[in-house]
Amino acid sequence: MSSPTPQYGPMFDTDELVINMGPQHPSTHGVLRVVLRLDGEKVVDADVVIGYLHRGVEKLSESRSWAQIVLLTDRLDYVSAATSNVGYCETVEKLMAIEVPRRAKYLRVILSELQRIASHLLWLGTHAMDTGAMTVFLYAFRERELILDLFEEYCGARLTYNSMRIGGLPQDLPPSWDRKVLEFCRIMEGKLEEYETLLTGNRIWLERTKGVGVIDGAEALALGLSGPPLRGSGVRRDVRKDEPYAAYDEMEFDVPLGVAGDTFDRYVVRMQEFRQSIRIIRQAMQGIPEGPILGKVPRLIKPPAGEVYHAIESPKGELGFFIVSDGKSMSPYRFRVRPPSFCNLQALPRLVKGHLIADVVALIGSLDVVLGEVDR
Amino acid sequence: MVELVLIPLLKIIVVLNATLLGVTYMVLLERKVIAWAQSRLGPMRVGPYGVLQPVADAMKLMLKEDITPARADKWVFTLAPILSMVPALVVYAVIPFGDQVHLFGRQISLYITDINVGLLYVVSVTSVGVYGIILAGYSSNSKWPLLASLRASAQLISYEIAITLTLVSVVLMSGTLSMVGIVTSQASQGVWYAFIQPTAFIIFFIGGLAETNRAPFDLPEAEQELTGGFHTEYSGMRFALFFLAEYANIIVVSSVATTLFLGGWLRPFPNVEFLSFLGVVPGWCWFLLKSFVFLYLFIWVRATLPRYRYDQLMRLGWKVLIPLAIANLILTAIVKVALA
Repeated sequence: MSSPTPQYGPMFDTDELVINMGPQHPSTHGVLRVVLRLDGEKVVDADVVIGYLHRGVEKLSESRSWAQIVLLTDRLDYVSAATSNVGYCETVEKLMAIEVPRRAKYLRVILSELQRIASHLLWLGTHAMDTGAMTVFLYAFRERELILDLFEEYCGARLTYNSMRIGGLPQDLPPSWDRKVLEFCRIMEGKLEEYETLLTGNRIWLERTKGVGVIDGAEALALGLSGPPLRGSGVRRDVRKDEPYAAYDEMEFDVPLGVAGDTFDRYVVRMQEFRQSIRIIRQAMQGIPEGPILGKVPRLIKPPAGEVYHAIESPKGELGFFIVSDGKSMSPYRFRVRPPSFCNLQALPRLVKGHLIADVVALIGSLDVVLGEVDR
Repeated sequence: MVELVLIPLLKIIVVLNATLLGVTYMVLLERKVIAWAQSRLGPMRVGPYGVLQPVADAMKLMLKEDITPARADKWVFTLAPILSMVPALVVYAVIPFGDQVHLFGRQISLYITDINVGLLYVVSVTSVGVYGIILAGYSSNSKWPLLASLRASAQLISYEIAITLTLVSVVLMSGTLSMVGIVTSQASQGVWYAFIQPTAFIIFFIGGLAETNRAPFDLPEAEQELTGGFHTEYSGMRFALFFLAEYANIIVVSSVATTLFLGGWLRPFPNVEFLSFLGVVPGWCWFLLKSFVFLYLFIWVRATLPRYRYDQLMRLGWKVLIPLAIANLILTAIVKVALA
């Protein structure tokens, strides 16, 4: 910054304070770095710097076999590995025109929705923690633990599941797992009340979130937002409804929408998505058909030449995979991810402008970004 | 000689040690209570149920490397923690923990001294403590602490006004600034001032939260925003001093609130005859019990509420609490004159 015009005579210099938020900062959720220009506590400008967690997943995928890439997608959004798995596997299935058995589709829905609850719980906990309500954080993690236990029982892993295969799933449900899932749904409904008691009606929480980071629907679309941040602005866009994948076309659920497009509406949208996810899990559990869990997949996965784009609704938003196959080699010719976190993060400089430092923290939480997915 | 030097000296030693012990166990209490609120266990490893955790913490902090940043203002950097710790301890000089007791054939009063401007002394000494925070932020030569110390100074100044105004309305009731005098006047009027000054009591409690930088007003050290606030650059024993000062201040606010609003060492309903069996419990026990209720409230609030934003905090202070305190003061004065 060149020196601004002195407002109070030559004695006082009113320089802006340039301050580095992150990559080591308790509230930037990993390794996000935001360079803030402050006027007092007010944010004049923000510059988001990413790339601290870049592992080259996209390039790496071009030298791995098609089946191995499932494992890499675990590491994109590492708090929501199952949905990334679903996204990738369905993309390859689309390219190879593989028919997935209905039971596998249902299981994918169940796992995705459990994963959505787990991811939203992590968001809720950290978002509340960033605004100072630390008890909610512990409560949210307590319930997330139950989901991780369910996943552990299903596939043996608690974070990076590798839980999907091209053409279906690696294994069927363990015995009495379905009962445990329903039991979890019952517990979760009660706990949601508990979170809402601590936050939704809390005056301080309302003051901290209402009117903070307002963005209208048109601008949200223009910035490429997706998922809860977009729906919080009142735009009705949910890949599960608009372009149903897996067995979502057979599920009945609502798409919660916000009105004002502020932090509070994004909060409310996600809180309602918890309930919708529970609703979907219950339906899927009830209607789950018998049958195989893996479709007819050639032993050697080698898609024909061509390109394909397929998107799913991950907890963060629209997660898309664009894959080009040359039909000759054993790995993709080009592998590209459209990560919702990355696109949502674009809105941060726009959202924080004119707000205070405390709001920056609240807004990062409200966008719910995962840096593994942003940097890939 | 004994009356003049030895007994006060012994009292000072006892009070200082008790305070420091109380402060360290306050930290443990907070960790335990918050843990229970969050369905955890809290410290469990050091000693049974973690009762020796404060000892372990103290050891760790003393043995830790004490780093001074290369470009810090070294003198001020060292002075700041002392400046925030000393006032927090000095205040205890005028706090009456109890009435008189018989010990070794002597009448001993359970306070170090009773000066006729006790309350004024409390207000002025505690407000020195904020310099520690301001200087810490300034001398660290780091941006986050600087922001924190700006927040701290603005916050403490605005909330001190509200608090002091509530104190004035208490003084109007008691007619004395002496801390002992305020308790005895509650005894003679037969009512705790919390009941006739509820507004002042609530404002004092909210202001007390803000004065001690506690949640939901813990903006100067909001670790999620300012990465630890004014003590970001501090480590080892110097950090420990800030930490202890914060908790010592919480105990000060609790003790002052107990003295002014909850009748100090008096038993509940001091003038109701048929409750006189409550008198078997010594006065200092009542005092500790009442202070403990406050300490618990402090922790409870922290476990429950999110944090205010800077502008909202200032708005609450200047637009709500201060006008309310002024109105309360004027009303008290009018009623007092009308009754007289």
